[in-house]
Amino acid sequence: MRFRTLKELATISIEENKTLAKVMIEEQAAETGVSPEDIFAQMADYYEKMKEAVRKGLSEQNVSRSGLSGGDAVKVLDLVENGTPSSGDPSSRAMAYALAVSEVNASMGRIIATPTAGSCGIIPGVFVSSQERFGWSDEHMVNGLFAAGAIGYVIANNSFISGAEGGCQAEVGSAIGMAAGALVELRGGDAEKAMHAVGLALKNTLGLICDPVAGLVEIPCIVRNGLGAVNALAAADMGLAGVRSAIPSDEVVSVMLEVGAAMPSGHRETGQGGLAQTPTGRKLTENLMRGRKPLEPESEEPVGQNVE
Amino acid sequence: MRFKNVFSIIGPSMVGPSSSHTAGAVRIGLIARQLLGEEPASVKIALYGSFADTYWGHGTDLALAGGLLGYDTDDARVAEALEEAERRGIQITFVRGVGLAPHPNTAKLDLTAKDGRSAQLIGASIGGGTVMIHEMNGFTVRCSGEYPTIVVLHDDRPGVIASLTKILGESETNIGYMGVDRKGRSAEAITVMELDSVPNSDLLHKLRQIEEVKDVTVIDLNRKEVKEQ
Repeated sequence: MRFRTLKELATISIEENKTLAKVMIEEQAAETGVSPEDIFAQMADYYEKMKEAVRKGLSEQNVSRSGLSGGDAVKVLDLVENGTPSSGDPSSRAMAYALAVSEVNASMGRIIATPTAGSCGIIPGVFVSSQERFGWSDEHMVNGLFAAGAIGYVIANNSFISGAEGGCQAEVGSAIGMAAGALVELRGGDAEKAMHAVGLALKNTLGLICDPVAGLVEIPCIVRNGLGAVNALAAADMGLAGVRSAIPSDEVVSVMLEVGAAMPSGHRETGQGGLAQTPTGRKLTENLMRGRKPLEPESEEPVGQNVE
Repeated sequence: MRFKNVFSIIGPSMVGPSSSHTAGAVRIGLIARQLLGEEPASVKIALYGSFADTYWGHGTDLALAGGLLGYDTDDARVAEALEEAERRGIQITFVRGVGLAPHPNTAKLDLTAKDGRSAQLIGASIGGGTVMIHEMNGFTVRCSGEYPTIVVLHDDRPGVIASLTKILGESETNIGYMGVDRKGRSAEAITVMELDSVPNSDLLHKLRQIEEVKDVTVIDLNRKEVKEQ
């Protein structure tokens, strides 16, 4: 890849007069030896699967195996269709769609990790609702996924995208930044505006811990996906309006790295801190484990070496 | 660069809820099935660390069973994999692994085929659905299954590795990574080679013709399962 930073990505886009999506497709083809057509086809298949996940999440009550989550997407959709959402119809619809995909994920339905399974609701929530609203083609949306992927690629290689390494800022935070920047491009904003939207979005999730109850991708992950979709729309609007991130976006990414590295392990996807260790979080965990026969320890000698 | 392309950011396509505890577990199960070379009759699975603590809520047990049945990470049937295994008469038992494991998310699988043949594998899910195999049939190995991988069981004798690589070279097959381990001097040995291209049956046949070679198996997570006879 010819870019390692968001600034380099934006510079290539502007100097060569190519969209972020086009830059990403060309770089991917050069890196993997796969043709741009085949690369596009794979992403188009992923977008179809994202739309299926939205539909599935809104058409049924997707209750998880643990019983801790499910049914919230339908409630929000009902408010959009039959009530007056405070944040407006488009925001609430994106929120409902994001919740839907995350509920499908929690109930072992099929999703696309964007960038992870824990944050898989935000990009489909923003993309599918925006496509309906603006009447965009599938091709336009698939290009948007490449733009989001280019932004995510920079974040992942300069910071992290997993909660175990960098907290929720790395998963949900990255997904919001990716969605915001991609939406700016989808709506006709240039790469510079898109990058400011990324920085503006990331600043709002810096420090967010990963504290799932019982270690499961449910509480609070699903709700954070719903709210994350709304954040992405708002950050894209700031970017499109010309608001600039006073701290350059690459520097914000480096702060995510700094904060994630300093985050206690109890706040990095272990279930040992944060919401997971509140009195209610602990009670939910105990209820979940009650009556469940713990695994019998194996009788043999220990195996493997401690190599990591 | 830890993440090398756009599909490690957008993707994989998978059934939820966790890329490490679900998608990675499917891949470990699938590699174990490929190592045995056929559908197992019974499997004992030891779960370690976070796998053992949170397997139920993440469907790690279903995911491992799904992989053992030959499913991919995004196969909707993963959610009913244990029932399907039962229908097919595959006995799967889960225990908690004891002692140190190579990684917090580790599984050890002991597989037995209908004819009594066995295989053993220790694999770890290291994040984002990526897996690392640490042990095969008692040998220390290191491979991910993301590349076509040839696993050769052979006698530890001078020249065997040269014979293997000569055949690969003659068929224009490039080796990206290679590892060798043995049970002892002049005892059983294993050679694991990750390739840049899928080995054809002619190449595999030639490898099997080497006198010291006892078995050749191909591991490849991108291979579509061919219906077994």
